[in-house]
Amino acid sequence: MAEPSTLRDATAPVEPRQGGAFARWLDRRGWSDILIGGPYIWLLLLFLVPFLIVVAMSVATKTSTAPPISWGGEVPLLNWEPYQRVLSDGLYLRAFLTSVMNAGIAMILCLFIGYPMALGLVRVAPSWRNILLMLVILPFWTSFLLRVYAWMGLMGRNSWFNGMLTDAWNFLVPIDWAVRSIPMMNSNFAVVLVMVYTYLPFMILPLYASLERLDTTLDEAAMDLGSRPARVFWDVTLPQSVPGIIAGGMLVFIPAAGELVIPSLVGNASSPMIGRLISDEFSMARDWPMASAIAVMLLLLMVVPTMLYSHYQAKAGGSK
Amino acid sequence: MALPDAGTGAAPFLRIEGVSKSFGSFKAVNDVSLTVEKGEIFALLGGSGCGKTTLLRMLAGFEEPTAGRIFLDGRDMAGVQPWDRPVHMMFQSYALFPHMTVAKNIGYGLKHEKMTKAERDARVREMLDLVQLTQFAGRKPHQISGGQRQRVALARALARQPKLLLLDEPLAALDKKLREHTQFELMSIQQRTGVTFIVVTHDQEEAMTLADRIAVMDKGVVRQIGSPTEIYEFPNSRFVASFIGSITSFEAKVAGREGAHLVVDVPALGGRILARDVPGVVEGQAVTLAVRPEKLNLTKERPESPNAVEGMVKDLAYFGKDSLYRIALPSGALVQAHAVNARRGMEAARVADWDDKIWLSFDPGSAIVLAD
Repeated sequence: MAEPSTLRDATAPVEPRQGGAFARWLDRRGWSDILIGGPYIWLLLLFLVPFLIVVAMSVATKTSTAPPISWGGEVPLLNWEPYQRVLSDGLYLRAFLTSVMNAGIAMILCLFIGYPMALGLVRVAPSWRNILLMLVILPFWTSFLLRVYAWMGLMGRNSWFNGMLTDAWNFLVPIDWAVRSIPMMNSNFAVVLVMVYTYLPFMILPLYASLERLDTTLDEAAMDLGSRPARVFWDVTLPQSVPGIIAGGMLVFIPAAGELVIPSLVGNASSPMIGRLISDEFSMARDWPMASAIAVMLLLLMVVPTMLYSHYQAKAGGSK
Repeated sequence: MALPDAGTGAAPFLRIEGVSKSFGSFKAVNDVSLTVEKGEIFALLGGSGCGKTTLLRMLAGFEEPTAGRIFLDGRDMAGVQPWDRPVHMMFQSYALFPHMTVAKNIGYGLKHEKMTKAERDARVREMLDLVQLTQFAGRKPHQISGGQRQRVALARALARQPKLLLLDEPLAALDKKLREHTQFELMSIQQRTGVTFIVVTHDQEEAMTLADRIAVMDKGVVRQIGSPTEIYEFPNSRFVASFIGSITSFEAKVAGREGAHLVVDVPALGGRILARDVPGVVEGQAVTLAVRPEKLNLTKERPESPNAVEGMVKDLAYFGKDSLYRIALPSGALVQAHAVNARRGMEAARVADWDDKIWLSFDPGSAIVLAD
């Protein structure tokens, strides 16, 4: 009888699409899996796999073949010598220290300059806000290299900028201390100055995002309970913007510590930063294992504080 | 318009004198004058945009009046910053500090008091006890319920023992059950602490139950100030009459006076009726006659009352404790009447059914004549 087809239960599940297992999987949950899986595959292929290659290279042995590394055979399978050199040679330790110091000072300066700017962006009339935010991002429209070269021009001994600062200095200090020009170029000062200039937007934007979410009635509540505005900032605004400070701090510190271009162009060649060492080992000394070992150490230096931070965040239990 | 109000002879605790506030060309508060006695619960009642919140913010010091002055306990508050005022506010959103525990929130204002740590802790404990949150002292605001957050906000505002406590829609964020309970709790806490409360609300029921006196506001102006009974039974304008409770009103004309009563011609009710006399109205003046639904009597037979009219039941709604009748009059007007369902039963409880003829009557004292 053909009866059953007309008596089909209306609540029965919809007939699966005609086709194979793939089509059915796509109907059930495929699209969400693809969307979620995309970034994971991206990370796997473009971060984790290259990183593992770098780790593998760091325990290889330098040879005169092409590529200039090998594992096993005439040389040991795992060669720990690059790590031993990184940890024992003062040159590398000093480079790490210089990198951490420069990046740390740049990060703190960015925080002190960026925080008032972010707070200003939040408090300014909304009609101004987008224009000012635009101005923060505007420097990115010019080539990064061009901007560093501009700073080199400004800091150089014969520039009007240096001349102006020199005149001011000579005017203020006793005559014995007078100088012909201020030595700004090729120093850690120049590196920090240009890094602060370059990375400032990376501090301002996350700070702005976290300050912008804050409820201003909390400020009024604190004022109502007897706190003056400075106290309100200290008690209410600052503690609530800690996630923004940490995010901005990491966005500045991590790239600044591994920075290659800025220290190469304006830095002091006799106290190199770690990025410079990696670059030199890789392309000039052709010591790939050494370059990889330094890179792995740098990554560890960055990853450990990040993991500590996310651990602390998780323990705080979503309380923001 | 400045209305005289029913203050006593002694200097009032809070005096608001001709206060106005403009934002650009918009007058949010327009020449408001009122006084509040010490220990009173005073409600500012009105719809959104009536200026009640702006008035509250001027009391807290967040806004400076454009004109007029505010005196609190004899002191002119002009130019006194929010942090220097003995006035605390309970915000509508509660504005609890999310990064502080319940105890830290409550103790926040005490940092500015000259107290030892032990005294401060004792006060926080006392406040936690007052709002029954002792066991939640260590929780963060996001770990407690909405009703508990409301109590933390109250305790925090009371901890410094303010002269004046401002409550901005204190019950609006709570669900109905909790709201009723919290109303009585607020009143009992006010009685125990003796702090003067000023409550801003758009909910007339909340104002009626909480407040000793109410100021009804509309478009930046105070329309009437009085006790809940005065406001409900003796509204001075059509606005107040219709804002508080439901009411049926008709166009009418004053026909004269008869003894203690006013005779008004009400075409919608098909003739002359007697109403409570109102000073200031003259013969021939167009007025509004208003009657509250629960003041109308419904009877099958013609009643003795001087104010009686026959109509037909057009609609009825059963609410359990009472029923609402919508009665069509011969003139075509529709009148709402509430009848309490005193007897128990299925159909027997009803005075009348759909399409039944019925007599409507009301006491002359219940008929409100409004000139405004």
